[in-house]
Amino acid sequence: MKTNYVMLHTITRIVALIVLSFSVYLFFAGHYTPGGGFIGGLMFACGLLLLYLSFDLNKITTVLPIDFEKVIAIGLLIGIGTGLNSLLFGDPFLTMYFDYYDVWLLGEVGLTTTTPFAIAIFLVVVGVALLTILTIAGDEA
Amino acid sequence: MNNLLLVPVVAPFLIGTILILFKNHHRTQRVISAVTAIIMLVFAFYITYEVYVNGIQTVELGTWVPPFGIVLVADLFASLMVILSSIVGVVCLFFAFQTISPEREKFFFYPFYMFLLAGVHGAFLTGDLFNLFVFFEVMLIASYILIVHGGTKYQLRESFKYVVINVFASIFFIVGIAYIYGITGTLNMAQIAERVGELEQTGVLNAIAVLFLLVFGMKGALFPLYFWLPNSYFGPPSAIAALFGGLLTKVGIYAIIRTFTLIFTHDPGFTHNLILFLAGGTMFFGVLGAVAQFDFKRILSYHIISQVGYMALGLGLYSQLAIAGAIYYIAHHIIVKPALFLFCGATEKITGTTDLKKMSGLLKTYPVLGWLFLVTAISLAGIPPLSGFFSKFALILDGIDQGRYFIVFISLLVGILTLFSMMKIFIYVFWGEESLKGEQRRQPLMPLLMPILPLVALTVILGFGAEPIFSFSMDVANELLEPANYINAVLKE
Repeated sequence: MKTNYVMLHTITRIVALIVLSFSVYLFFAGHYTPGGGFIGGLMFACGLLLLYLSFDLNKITTVLPIDFEKVIAIGLLIGIGTGLNSLLFGDPFLTMYFDYYDVWLLGEVGLTTTTPFAIAIFLVVVGVALLTILTIAGDEA
Repeated sequence: MNNLLLVPVVAPFLIGTILILFKNHHRTQRVISAVTAIIMLVFAFYITYEVYVNGIQTVELGTWVPPFGIVLVADLFASLMVILSSIVGVVCLFFAFQTISPEREKFFFYPFYMFLLAGVHGAFLTGDLFNLFVFFEVMLIASYILIVHGGTKYQLRESFKYVVINVFASIFFIVGIAYIYGITGTLNMAQIAERVGELEQTGVLNAIAVLFLLVFGMKGALFPLYFWLPNSYFGPPSAIAALFGGLLTKVGIYAIIRTFTLIFTHDPGFTHNLILFLAGGTMFFGVLGAVAQFDFKRILSYHIISQVGYMALGLGLYSQLAIAGAIYYIAHHIIVKPALFLFCGATEKITGTTDLKKMSGLLKTYPVLGWLFLVTAISLAGIPPLSGFFSKFALILDGIDQGRYFIVFISLLVGILTLFSMMKIFIYVFWGEESLKGEQRRQPLMPLLMPILPLVALTVILGFGAEPIFSFSMDVANELLEPANYINAVLKE
């Protein structure tokens, strides 16, 4: 008998969208309020995982051909890079810079070098979580 | 402020990350990692020179001044350790090029090799107790992966024990950090040292000192917590066993020496006598284990334990001469022990076994290998004029000066037993009827010997150049016995 997953697929499509966009909100909420790269990354990984669970592993892999090993490496590189940029100004490693800028459409925005660092954490968390789960899931034995 | 100190920590981390991107290009990985390791060695020498000329160097991460921020500190001891670990890093890497199989290379061997070096260097250079824990973890997680790398049945079984014992030690480490933070209200090692001095080290602070001794003793394989070491070092290939044998236990010893010359220095009658007792047990039981074995790699692993005892002995005696002896011994050991493991790897590659009873008569076909091994082995046993002699000489001289005859007797006895088991290896492997057949006679030796030669040369140089090198050790010991200099350099008072 052929099983039918119409309910699961329809709801997953909507819920995954909500989860993924909420994870982006959490990521940007992070500087002064609860949130940040780690939480955002975990929730983003959960959203993707929902897709992997309700659809098929192979199907999602063809739609999203992402090598999560590389995601981890790129995340780490960005993280080290935000530490190293302070060397350009002759300050100690990991020094943070912060200032307010006028950005088109958004008005005055506080920009800080910790944001790329949070992006780095985001990428590493997504990469590690999905790589671990997909490696176990893809194990035939 | 001196950003130079970051190179030994950040460079291997950065390069290890880049190497992940070159997953399937083994040649590229080899070239990049070799170049990095050599550059790191050059920088390690430069940092030591800088420290020697200009005094203790610090860098305050993120411009947060200590005691609030995290600080990296390079004094002579730390920078000497960075030099030694960089040397071992280069040598073992080049030996790995010859002996690591492509199946192992494929699974991120070089990235984790680099992460391990980053963790080791970080542990040497950090000036913050919690950061010491973090760098221990970086180093340990990389070592978990390298020790199980290849995934043979034996490795999986033994490295499970290795992981369990180390996780257990890490839990105690974090508990110890929590205790000391509860009492002193700081994690900066210089400020802890200052406050422990004000509180007078009694009662609960002594208990915390013993807790730290337990934790670092577990990582550094001190008596009675060494049982995990011989079995787990037997599993991985020789290049990895050499790296671990040279470096990992020494990080534990470094942490013991750092905490017990900087922080817990006010009650040596209790703490340092305890260390002396542990040192005696470590030397004696380690060497007994080695005497009983008939396997090349296992004998060497047991000898790591007995030699860790000598380093602890130097700290336990707690005088300038003894600590200088211990530092000289660390330098000697970090050079000689990987060399012996690499000899083991070379004979394993030739004969296909590490069992002494299955080898014999290698001296006829490979005379150079045999005689170089003999030089290194008698250096380990402490025959003059090689490096092992001078380090033991200083320790024993100071032991007699202080009237600690029993521990001196043990260390001399251990020296004789070490000589005995080194001779056992030499006789079984290199003397006797030649057992090699066909292919085994025609192994190209030069690629295997090239990485070992610098280490053999260094042990000879350390021996013949003992005068300047020992006076440098005396400088290091002098600096360690004056914790006020370290505290002032970090807190800028």
